Parts: sequence; C-alpha cells; structure tokens
Amino acid sequence: MIEAEGLTKYFDTFLAVDGISLNVDPGMVVAILGPNGAGKTTTVRMLTGILRPSAGWARVAGYDVVTQTAQVRATVGVLTEQHGLYERMKGLDYLDFFGRVYHLPEAMRRQRSLELMERFGLGHALDKRLGQYSKGMKQKLALVRAMLHDPLVLLLDEPTSAMDPQSAKLVRDSILELRGEKRTIVLTTHNLSEASLLADKIAIIRNGRIIAFGNFDELAQVFVGPPMMRLHLIDYVNGIADDLREVVEVTDIGADWLEYIAPQPRETNPMVLRRVMDRGGSVLTLSQVSLTLEDVYLKIVEEDEKKGENDNG
Amino acid sequence: MAEVSLKRPPMAENANLAPTYGWRMTLSNALIVTRREVRDSFRDWRIVVPIFLLTLVFPFLANLASSIFMGLFERYGDADTEGFAEAFLPLMPMLVGFFPISISLVIALETFVGEKERLSLEPLLSTPLTNTELYIGKVMAAILPPLAAGYLGITIYLTGLILGAQQWRPAPLLIVQILLLTLVQAVVMVTGAVVISSQTTSTRAANLLASFVIIPMSLLVMVESLIMIKPSARYTLWWIMLGLAIVIVLLLRTGARIFNREELLGRSIDHLNFRWAWQVFKGQWRGGVQGFRPLQWYRVSVFPALLNLRRPMLVFVVCALCSFIGGWYLSGTYQLPLEGQNLTDENVLDNMREIFDLGQNPRFVAFALSQNVRVILLAMFIGIFTFGVMGLFFTVLPFGILGLIMGNIVKAGLDPLPFIMAIIPHGVAEIPAIIIAGGAALQLGAIITRPPRETTVMEAWIRMLADAIKLFVAVILPLLIIAAILEVQLTPRVVEWVITR
Repeated sequence: MIEAEGLTKYFDTFLAVDGISLNVDPGMVVAILGPNGAGKTTTVRMLTGILRPSAGWARVAGYDVVTQTAQVRATVGVLTEQHGLYERMKGLDYLDFFGRVYHLPEAMRRQRSLELMERFGLGHALDKRLGQYSKGMKQKLALVRAMLHDPLVLLLDEPTSAMDPQSAKLVRDSILELRGEKRTIVLTTHNLSEASLLADKIAIIRNGRIIAFGNFDELAQVFVGPPMMRLHLIDYVNGIADDLREVVEVTDIGADWLEYIAPQPRETNPMVLRRVMDRGGSVLTLSQVSLTLEDVYLKIVEEDEKKGENDNG
Repeated sequence: MAEVSLKRPPMAENANLAPTYGWRMTLSNALIVTRREVRDSFRDWRIVVPIFLLTLVFPFLANLASSIFMGLFERYGDADTEGFAEAFLPLMPMLVGFFPISISLVIALETFVGEKERLSLEPLLSTPLTNTELYIGKVMAAILPPLAAGYLGITIYLTGLILGAQQWRPAPLLIVQILLLTLVQAVVMVTGAVVISSQTTSTRAANLLASFVIIPMSLLVMVESLIMIKPSARYTLWWIMLGLAIVIVLLLRTGARIFNREELLGRSIDHLNFRWAWQVFKGQWRGGVQGFRPLQWYRVSVFPALLNLRRPMLVFVVCALCSFIGGWYLSGTYQLPLEGQNLTDENVLDNMREIFDLGQNPRFVAFALSQNVRVILLAMFIGIFTFGVMGLFFTVLPFGILGLIMGNIVKAGLDPLPFIMAIIPHGVAEIPAIIIAGGAALQLGAIITRPPRETTVMEAWIRMLADAIKLFVAVILPLLIIAAILEVQLTPRVVEWVITR
C-alpha cells in the first residue's frame, strides 16, 4: 500500500530526510518514532504529495507521490501536526466543506459527518463554532476530517496529542478498528506506549534516516540483545553469583535477587535453577525482565548517537 | 540545493484512473474554496463593519459633499456650472468605488497569510485540490465581496446624483470606464497581496509589505483623479487600464507559480539566508568549474548562460525593431529642424572633429564606455523591480530615438549614409552587447513570474542574477570596451571619409 525507496528531502542545503525506504502492507499500522526535527513530518508530507522529494520515489495506494499527487491526496486521509481548523465555522459545516472538496455526495457527506462525530463523542457539538471546542475536541474533529472520505491510507501526525486519556483511548480503538478494516495507517507519535499498543511495525527515525525498523520483539532482539532474567531467592546464598557466572552472564545483583542474560532461555534457565538448588538456595520467582518500547527506543537512539560520534572522529 | 535525480518507479497499474481536469472542474473546485472563504469573511465583524460603512454610508457622505461643492461653486464661481459638474462629479464614484475595494487587500492578506499563520492551510493542501484551484478560489474570495461592495457604493452614489438635486446624467462610457477601473484596481491589489502573502509567514510581515501595494495604488488613484477632472484627457484612463491589465497578468503568473505547496510550507520563507544565497550564486557563477580556468569557464558556464537567454534576447530584438519602426513613424509628428541642413557640410565635420578630436583624446573612450555601462546597469537594476519591463524599455529606447532621427533625415531628403556609418563601426560590438544586456535585464525581472520548475522564486532569481553579472563581466563589458574604442578611434574616421569622399 505504501512503498518508498530512497526518499530524500533537502530544504535548501539542509537535509531533512535522508534516503528513507519503507514498505507498508494493507491493513498494517506503522508507527514512526523519533526525536523532534528527526524528519517525521517531512516524511508524512512527502507521502501525501505536499512536498516533492529531492530524490527517491514513493507510491501510495499505487499512485506516484510526484506525478499523481491529486490521486494520492484523494486516497489518503491526513491528520496534520496542527489541527488547523477554521475557528469561525461550525463542526458540521466544516466537515461539509471538506466533504465537498472530496466530492462526496451531499447525503453521504452528512451521514459520514454525523456518524463519525457521534463515534468520537462530538455529537453534542455539531452546531458549535470550532473556536468554542476544547483542544481535545479540535484534535478529534481533525481526525474525523481525515477519515471523512473513508480513505484507504491514513497518515496521522501525533493523533492523540492534547487529548484526555478517555479521548485518546477512543482514538486508539478507532485506529485498531480501521486496521481490522484493512486500512493502512502510518502514525507519528512521541507516545511510546501508544506506538507499542497500535503498531505492527515501528520505524525509528533520527537525523532524517530510519535507524531501526521492525516489530517490537525484532527491535528488542536486535538492539537490546537476548532476554534478561531476574531470579528472586527467598534468602541470598553467598557465592551464588560467582557460581552462576560460570554458566551465564550476571548483569546485576541485589540483596536477594540477581539478573542474568539468557541467550537460550530453554537451556540456560534449567541449568541456573539446578545450580541454585545444588547450593541449597530456594527460588521465589524466576521471570523475564520486561522491556518497554521506551527502553528499546532509548537504547537504539543512544547507540545511533554513539555511532554518530564515532563517525565524526 | 543538492543536484539529485528522481528515480521513477514503474507506472502504477491504476495510473489510468487519473482524473482529467477540465476548466469547468477547476472552476467548480475553486468555487468551493471561494464560498467558504466569503462566508468566513462575512463572519468577521472587522471586515463586515468597514465594508458596510464604506458601501452604505460613504456614498451618502460623498453625495452630500458633492451637493455642498456644487452649491459653493454656483454661489461663488463665475465659470459655467455644467462644465464644473462634468469635470468634478465623475471624480467621486471613482473614490467611492476605490475605498471598499481597498478592503480586498486586507482580505487577501488574511486568507493567504492569515491561514498560513493559523496553520489551517496544511489540511487544505492535503486535499486533492490543485494549486491552481486553491489559488483561483482564494483570489476570487478576496476580490468578490469588496468589488461587490464597491459597485454597490458606486450605484448608491450615482443614484443619489441622478435622482438628487444635481440631476446629473453621466455618459454610459464614463460609467463603464469607472467600473472597469475599479475592477482592475481590485485585481491588481489582490494579485499583489497574494504574491506578498506567499512570501511571508506572518500577517505582520505581510501588512508591512502591503504598503508596496497600497502606496502605488493610492498614488495611481491620485493621478487618475487629476485625469478625471480633465474630460478631454479621460481617454488616458484606458491606457492606464491596459497598463494595469499587463501588471495583473504578470502578478497572476507570479502568484500562480509561487502559490504551490512546496513554497507555502517552505521553511526559509521569511528570513534571508545569506549563506545559502551565496552558495547558490557561487555555484551558478562557476557552473561547476573549480579554480581559475577561464577557457573552461567560458565554455561550461558563460556560453550556456548566454544560450539560456535566447528567448528574452529574441523578445528584445523584436521590441528594438518595433521601437525603431515606432520612432520612424513618429518622425512625421516630431520633426527635427533639419531643413537646410547638409550632413556633408564642412561645418558638421568641423563640429565632429572638435567633439571627438578624431581619436586623439583617449578620455572619450572612458566617457563612451561609462555612458553605456551606466545605462545597462540602470536598466538591469530597474528591471528587477518592474518584472523586467522598465529594463527592457530603457535598453530599447535608443533604437526608437535612432528610428526618429533616421526618419527625419530621410524625410528631410538628406543622405542617411553618414548617419548610418556613425553607428555601424562601433555598433558591431555595441549592438550585440545591448541585446545581451537587454535580454538579461528583462529576464532578471521576469524570472520571478515564471521560475523554472523545481526551483523556488528566490533560488531562480539568485541564479539569474549570477548569470546576468557573469554575462556582464565576461561578455557585455569586453564588447562595450571594444565598442568604446571603435566609437572614438574608428567611427569618426569612417564618418569623415564618408562625408569627404
């Protein structure tokens, strides 16, 4: 549904996006993560046909983002970084205007508008001027605008920013629902838990380059390494850590616990347990240390920073 | 900007689904934007109140003022009242129309840069609307309400005059003239405002720049007022309208070209990036040649730049010919006192000897050179601010003067050969230099109305500036030096030979 190869964007001499390649299948949700100014919004703008790539190419729903921009924009729904609503308009009029732009028949415009506004809890604000909407309501209406023409592809730039937890959940549920309907979604976000919840694949961008791409487990495996186990004992046994170091890499030791890396948990863990018991220790729990996307993200960005520093001498 | 090529993917299977945009579709889509914008404008009391006052209250005040003036004139004047009415009364509808249309400038700035500032432009840019549709839609939205208000104001004022105490019956052609003048002024202001808006990211900056539109327009209205009070000179207003129409075409071209998504969302629109500008200039100047390699520089940088100027140079040649023919044609009207003159007269020769010292005074080389250089540099400089038009005018004007003199010589029955020979020897070098300079002066201003695709207006202009300076240094100046030497050393001798042969 979305293919990009070597997508590059210069603003004068500033390299904003540096050869991004992406492949997103129908029904897939891809989250683009990265620090501010990493090139996320520029990438989305190129995929929408708003900005012309300086090099490389991209196709969205089969349309070229340079030569078939009108078709690309008719096929995608875009939630821009700023909601950008016309504050003097009423909610329903606003959607009617965008419905006209997308050439939706009048009945459909109204039906879709009412349906979506109800779905996002905006039913009570149909005739309110947008200037009277709260920040979260505005964000939701902007999302409704993006979904109004039932697009095959949704490009969402920080969809839940400025929303209260309940509204954010509503939006997340909608995204999951759309995924179920085989809609392709690319979202940029700083909310890592949201990304791990919604995304099938995660792309981490830094300095205009994708420095990591894959699902959470793949990223964790590649960038953080093999799983880490935490062994909790009822009472700490002297010398146990040294004993275990013969078979595993112990990374941290506490009063009654220790952590070790288990490259092959199926083989390593029984071995570790046997050693502990042989030494007369009593195991309270043995569990895998759970990694968050934040851990993975920070690790990846940190490594890229180090790599950059090394490259610069 | 890095030079990169776009590698194209194979055409999409559904590429044939591309909609074909006829003008009807374009207009229909543009009207969707216009409708929304107009409604939005009328929701803003800051726009509605002035329009209301200028449309409905100002015409009554103007009527009242007219009555008072006419009354005073009747009371104290001793000339004919009818003549005064005919001169004075048409002045007011022009002003009554102008005040509401001045609001169009405010609306244009608001709809373009205001939307950019409120960040509501990007959602619109993400829709399938084309740049042209957005541009036309917004231009119409800025023009229509103030224009309607202006016309309504004129109607109210004229109705007051026709039905009121003056019982004035203006000529239909005069009304048409006023209505058209109001229309072209509104369009000039809006198209100018669009160009300004597209190059700024804040209404504050746009408002500051708007003075470049409102001040010339106000001055123009003053000139028009002076013309209007002289009924015999009112035909000049048609020429002003024609001039404004040309300005509209140029502004529309510029606006349509720079009103695109890339420029509107560009990052460096408001501030001057001198470093970048210098890099672009340097790159264009060198044309890829590193170090001091003059021959290679001429081959890969200077001659291609000259080749790029072939169209403006062609335009220059056509204009120069027209100017020469026009000068010749005007020689029937503007006659020089050549009766009884004899170009082969010894006196002429003596005068020439005295002036040129027949090449004995090298000071004249510097004088001839500095004269040409000054005119060419002035033409290039003025061309920048006038879409190239005045640059072209200044460089083409001498050909008109030549035509005028030549026409007079021939019509006076004098031998044109000495005059022709006073041009040709140094003209061999000077005329090509002027053609190149004229083309560069035209292109230096005109480039902003049509920058090459993939290039921003600023980048295109900097590149053109680099080309113009490069051509001046590498081609025009050497040719002018040769021409100046020939003009002082050779031309007088040739003329002397022709006269004394």
